[in-house]
Amino acid sequence: MSQPTAAVTPAVPAAVVLRDVTVTYADATEPALSRVDLEVFEGELCLVVGPTGSGKSTLLGLVNGLVPHFTGGTLAGRVEVLGRDTRDHRPRDLADLVGVVGQDPVAGFVTDTVEEELAYGMEQLALPPDVMRRRVEETLDLLSLAELRHRPLQDLSGGQQQRVAIGSVLTTHPRVLVLDEPTSALDPTAAEEVLAAVTRLVHDLGVTVLLAEHRVERVLQYADRVVHVQDGVVVAGDPAQVMASSSVAPPVVELGRLAAWSPLPLSIRDARRRAAPLRARLAGRRPAEPVGGRAVGAGDRPAQVPSLRARGVVVRYGEVVAVAGVDLELQPGEITALMGRNGAGKSSLMWALQGSGPRQGGQVSDADGRDPADLSAERARASVGLVPQQAGDLLYLDTVDAECRRSDDESRAPAGTCAGLLARFAPGVTPATHPRDLSEGQRLALVLAVQLTADPAVLLLDEPTRGLDYGAKHRLRDTLRELADRGRTVLLSTHDVEFVAGVAHRVLVMADGEIVADGPTSRVVVGSPAFAPQVAKVLAPEPWLTVEQVRAALADAPAAS
Amino acid sequence: MTHGPRLPRALHPGAWWVWALGLAVAASRTTNPLLLALLLAATAFVVAARRDSSPWGRSYRMYLLLGAVVVGVRVVLHVLVGFGYGGHVLLRLPQVPLPAWAAGIQLGGPLHLESLLDAAFEGLRLATLIVCLGAANSLANPKRLLRSVPGALHEIGVTLVVSVSVLPQLAESVRRVRRARRLRGDTSRGLRAVPRVALPVLQDALDRSIQLAAAMDSRGYGRAVPVRSATRRLTGVLLLASLVLLCVGGYGLLMTGGGLAAPVALVLAGGALAAGGLALGGRQWVRSRYRPDAWRAAEWLTAGCGLACAVALLVAGAVDDGSLMTSMQPLHVPALPPLATVGVLVAALAAVTAPPPVDHRRRHPAPAPAERLALGAAR
Repeated sequence: MSQPTAAVTPAVPAAVVLRDVTVTYADATEPALSRVDLEVFEGELCLVVGPTGSGKSTLLGLVNGLVPHFTGGTLAGRVEVLGRDTRDHRPRDLADLVGVVGQDPVAGFVTDTVEEELAYGMEQLALPPDVMRRRVEETLDLLSLAELRHRPLQDLSGGQQQRVAIGSVLTTHPRVLVLDEPTSALDPTAAEEVLAAVTRLVHDLGVTVLLAEHRVERVLQYADRVVHVQDGVVVAGDPAQVMASSSVAPPVVELGRLAAWSPLPLSIRDARRRAAPLRARLAGRRPAEPVGGRAVGAGDRPAQVPSLRARGVVVRYGEVVAVAGVDLELQPGEITALMGRNGAGKSSLMWALQGSGPRQGGQVSDADGRDPADLSAERARASVGLVPQQAGDLLYLDTVDAECRRSDDESRAPAGTCAGLLARFAPGVTPATHPRDLSEGQRLALVLAVQLTADPAVLLLDEPTRGLDYGAKHRLRDTLRELADRGRTVLLSTHDVEFVAGVAHRVLVMADGEIVADGPTSRVVVGSPAFAPQVAKVLAPEPWLTVEQVRAALADAPAAS
Repeated sequence: MTHGPRLPRALHPGAWWVWALGLAVAASRTTNPLLLALLLAATAFVVAARRDSSPWGRSYRMYLLLGAVVVGVRVVLHVLVGFGYGGHVLLRLPQVPLPAWAAGIQLGGPLHLESLLDAAFEGLRLATLIVCLGAANSLANPKRLLRSVPGALHEIGVTLVVSVSVLPQLAESVRRVRRARRLRGDTSRGLRAVPRVALPVLQDALDRSIQLAAAMDSRGYGRAVPVRSATRRLTGVLLLASLVLLCVGGYGLLMTGGGLAAPVALVLAGGALAAGGLALGGRQWVRSRYRPDAWRAAEWLTAGCGLACAVALLVAGAVDDGSLMTSMQPLHVPALPPLATVGVLVAALAAVTAPPPVDHRRRHPAPAPAERLALGAAR
């Protein structure tokens, strides 16, 4: 395997060394990772990419010995962290060298205030009180947490919680930091905040960072090296080289592949400097099909009955106003994206629209003028369906098949309806599988199938893209487009601007319980740097949002060189 | 003691617990309604003066409510099945004739003022006891108390802290899953609904605990220095021996008749062995504490106030039985015994001996609730 970094700087010692590592879990027939040789050098930011279930988490778990000490399974080969073999060192014995932050920071919190959480790891390592005191103060400053020090962890926003989780492992001064999807649950701005903190650690303190991420577009430009994991096979190398053949690639890389740029651009800046010829080729053209195949925008809306109409919706929890008088109309055949930072009131609005959540004021009516909150649960879901953020909450039976059959009964649909939908959304799911064993994308497909069995006119999806890899997102995109083509209305909340650019006709932005922007996708997302998709940034001022559009335009135009 | 204005700080939770237990012991020694009311007033005064702005600080009211319920239940039970006595009959309830084998139990019948008051005061005593413990709970963060346990009991402390934090999460999961069920049009109630709510909730709880365990392991929880097996064996022997001594000594203390000297000696020896065992067992765990709670003069004084109150009531009870354990037969206005009264007033001094609590909200103004939702990117 090529190790370009090692060749250039042979003097840099390796922080993590994997030698011929094969991991096989207890009941698995195939190894989760096979014959991995990998060296991560000190002070590197190493990005781990790969589809769901490819073995990314296993690779990260190897670094501090959680695999196999905690997870079970068989490990062949050798894993060494700064000279310590994980065979003889349990995770707790590596705690002074390796800091690990899991996907869900809240699940890893042991104490209940920011300051105590930062000190917890040091207490376990028996550091002297004065050292602890000093390091807590330093870390509070490093991650800009000083004013939150006494706050309960549960009251913090997602970005703040993620920063506390990183801070709590930093206080022990680990030499290696392992982060599993640190930005997957965060809005674009909070993600920037966390990544800024991470890059600062790499550059200022020389910490070695291993970071797994589905949203490669957010991290790629900061990475010194990319480790690509697929089907248990690991390829590591220079980011541009690995990305040239990677199965997961952010839009900027896909655009680079499409335009045959070499070396591949990894950041907006690189791409923009190469994009002049492409911009010239595309000049004067317009995206042939406005995203999703239908040209419905807030401006040129055909006169028709909205499938969902809301007036002055108010949701409050005690003194906290989550939704402050929202007016909204959703048209049939339209896919609308609801964006906004964590805690802006998106989920509360969705639950209020469906009628199952609290609503203190305002009216909601469907196409027939009925308020879903007044209908029975069974009829409400036939009118407005909702896929909640924790989609798994809807599943309680022990096989996929049983869930599908129950769903047919619930919706009084002909037997096999739900199973048929599932087969379309996620082909190849074994009916006897336990819903817990499905991948994130398959579980979402199952819940989607369950909810669509009732064939609601309006479908609401709360953060459906969370934890999905690019493949699963493409399947979800196709499913939603198909629904819209059949005249159904879709409203989805998400932080994923690239997904929005590819699927939504219209974008709503919420802040502080109010809708602050409403309009066609091309206008709303391009208007703000935080929400603009990568292709739009590269090709601005041309109105392109996705690689798909560019590809289509180039396909019908003869190459003008 | 201190010069100039005292800095606000949190009193050691142990001091608050000693103080509250002192008051609870005092409460258990009397049914005099005036003394009990005075004790309640003392706890309310101290809680109002020294609790902080945390969620548990607001829990005192819940304990008062619980106390009221206890008194209510005791009175209702007395009205229904109590054995009445005294000369003043308030009203006559219809009496339910019971078969001969239930002799001694009376259902309904005349309701006497004297016995009703005795029952109410009895209930008030239990209520005061509960409120005393409630005061400790709202004055001292229960989690901080668990952090102060000796090293050998650290694991138990952590287990308790984790299970305390799990409960609100579990309630949150239940709420979420119940809400989600409506989305499937499933509104069944009763037994049929149990598995549909319980399964996702339990799976959720299991997932969380596995993630928490992994996180704690990665952060160094349970790093032990290797100890010789001889030391481990000695620890076990010490703890086992202390347990036996404590049991035998305790039995001797409770047994009527026989001297006090031998059981007391046994209990003391057991306590010493237990302390030795815990110290030895704690040696294998190397751990330090971040900003440990200090035990200074204020802690001694506050704990002393509670203990003084307990001693005053115990002494008063030994000297004169009449005014502490009042019986309303014959009907009279209860008197306020001087020594016990002074004891309770000393307990109220804790409001002055303890330093004022730190108000984190004032030092770092919390955002208004509406803003809090919008935080995140703004920082």
